[in-house]
Amino acid sequence: MSIIVGDDTTLVISGLTGREGTFHGLRNRDYGTDVVAGVTPKKGGQDVDGIPVFDTIKEAVDERGANTSMIFVPARFAAAAIHEAIDAGIGTVIAITEHIPVHDMLDVYWKAREAGVRLVGPNCPGVLSPEKANVGIIPAQFFDQGSIGVVSKSGTLTYQIGNELKQAGLGNSTIVGIGGDPIVGSDFIDVLTLFEEDDETELIVMVGEIGGDAEERAAEFIAESVGKPVVAYIAGFTAPPGKQMGHAGAIISGSSGTAEAKKEALEAKGVRVGKSPTETAQLAVETIGAKA
Amino acid sequence: MAICDFAPLPGPSAAEKRAEIGWFAAVDLLEYQGKQLFARHGVPVPRGEVADNVEAAVEATDRIGYPCVIKAQVQIGGRGKAGGIKVAENREQAKEHADAILGMDIRGPRGEGPFTVHQVWIEGASEIEAEYYASIILDRSAKKLMTMLSTMGGMNVEEIAEKDPDALVKRHVEPKDGFGEAEAAALAADAGVAEDAREKTAAMLVKLYEAFNDSDATLIEVNPLVVTKDRDVIALDSKVTIDNSALFRHDELAELEDRTGEDPQEQMAKEKGLTYVKLDGDIGILGNGAGLCMSTLDVVAQAGGKPANFLDAGGGSKAEAIVDALEVITSDERVVAILFNIFGGITRCDEIAKGIIEASGQIEIGVPFVVRLDGTNSEEGLALLADADLPNLHVEKTMLGGAEKVVELAKAGATA
Repeated sequence: MSIIVGDDTTLVISGLTGREGTFHGLRNRDYGTDVVAGVTPKKGGQDVDGIPVFDTIKEAVDERGANTSMIFVPARFAAAAIHEAIDAGIGTVIAITEHIPVHDMLDVYWKAREAGVRLVGPNCPGVLSPEKANVGIIPAQFFDQGSIGVVSKSGTLTYQIGNELKQAGLGNSTIVGIGGDPIVGSDFIDVLTLFEEDDETELIVMVGEIGGDAEERAAEFIAESVGKPVVAYIAGFTAPPGKQMGHAGAIISGSSGTAEAKKEALEAKGVRVGKSPTETAQLAVETIGAKA
Repeated sequence: MAICDFAPLPGPSAAEKRAEIGWFAAVDLLEYQGKQLFARHGVPVPRGEVADNVEAAVEATDRIGYPCVIKAQVQIGGRGKAGGIKVAENREQAKEHADAILGMDIRGPRGEGPFTVHQVWIEGASEIEAEYYASIILDRSAKKLMTMLSTMGGMNVEEIAEKDPDALVKRHVEPKDGFGEAEAAALAADAGVAEDAREKTAAMLVKLYEAFNDSDATLIEVNPLVVTKDRDVIALDSKVTIDNSALFRHDELAELEDRTGEDPQEQMAKEKGLTYVKLDGDIGILGNGAGLCMSTLDVVAQAGGKPANFLDAGGGSKAEAIVDALEVITSDERVVAILFNIFGGITRCDEIAKGIIEASGQIEIGVPFVVRLDGTNSEEGLALLADADLPNLHVEKTMLGGAEKVVELAKAGATA
């Protein structure tokens, strides 16, 4: 198995007719993803290199059996596209678009939860299950099939680590970019839960960065509920401290959000944290080796 | 208590043009801008005026009357302790304080800044009987808004929470219920707000909540929220943070100028729409994606180097953005070596290579330059660089190799 996307994925792409939408949509199809439709209002009836385009996601679900949607439309229309996907009965929504207003995401988040829809992103590189399906902008050539699950806030950093794992001869069950926005559809805990239940996944690499307290909460969760080994990497040790206006943020999270605080929280729960992407990959190699 | 009314904000849609600022994607309002926002939503605030020179400040204090308060307008807390807030009893004191405060540099409680004071806000002194604390914030963990209220205002909320945790009442706003009169009244009662001020406090909280939603805020903090001798309830301070991503729909906030970009490179980067933060080292850095860029700073620091900046070229960077980025980095005289660390996803490495070649034809890159290209179209990109055979250019295969090489070159350059 893999998580979130796999052999069963039938993908509809909102924004397929845009420049980047076409580029990455066709790359996803070339990889082997079952891209069944694109959606662009008023462009229904057209096609993009043979992929039929509809006016609405509902039509793509009814006529082409889409079960997963990728959102590739500009920020100011993206939340509406996610609402549309949920209303159309899509089960998994992967939002690549960046700069979606956070208030829009609050609405979307709760709507998806209540509808039982898995939302990944926004502002994320997508989800790749090697040899099965690639939904998003992750360059698949840097990842082989294997037993390591990767969950990451950062796109390019994920490719970096995936590439290091590949060079060490290791592959991945699924790579999940959750995005680094304040409100994301799936956070570390959601994805760790899926990896813990996934037969193919033997080890989990978690990539975090400064800001928020998702890593700290994940550390607690790992200690309580994750039996599989987890190694982590945190970016942002030399980032300048963000200026702080009010103090309310620190009060509610109980965390400073610094890279150091995240590293300490993870290490306190027995998670090994690499100093660089390279060392993190080495820790994964060592841990898998020790397990085998 | 007189309640101020403001002239409508001038200006075209600067909001549209605002540069995106990556991982701290938020705009902090100055106190007076926050109070203007409050006033537009019917939140009582003291009457006041803003001034950017001593003469104008004294004219304003004369109009407002004495005693009045002169407050430094900077986007950072801890102004009072830094001497940025003074009471003037008369014209002489007003002149003296305005003179001292305008132009002063204020650092934040954690050493942020310095922030230079370009404007003061002058308002009539209030007769204060009680100081409360109120805030609304986006709770990222719970994915809900959180309201907080305490009757122990004046000190910062961390101190309140430490001194007497029960004195700070915190309530999530349930997405289905919202935050209306009933919720506000319950919050005020639970926080122990004096009965004769409860209704007005609750009314203010509801208006703050409306202001929060209408302006796409991620934080509104009022400290202190005061009860006056006449038992009026007013917002004596404001801290407001607006979600950068939502500025496109807030032309009314268009006059907000981010004062953080006064540094020449930061200014230049802002004009070019690049995400740039100046640091105190001598190695110019460009990465694509905030995570990889931060990680690049970390590995350069681990290799013994000091990054001069954070510069995220962003997703899907084109050649033009690379020319712009190189212009910004090379305009910084401290820079003795440059590292480009690119791992292409949406970014295509051939575009990066084209940008580097184009830039080297347009601007003089007088320092050694290390490039690491990997990911989408990296072979094409590396071939382009090999053909161009640029002087001073070093291609490294790995991120750590790139970091070590640039540190070595920087050290050689610094001693040369």
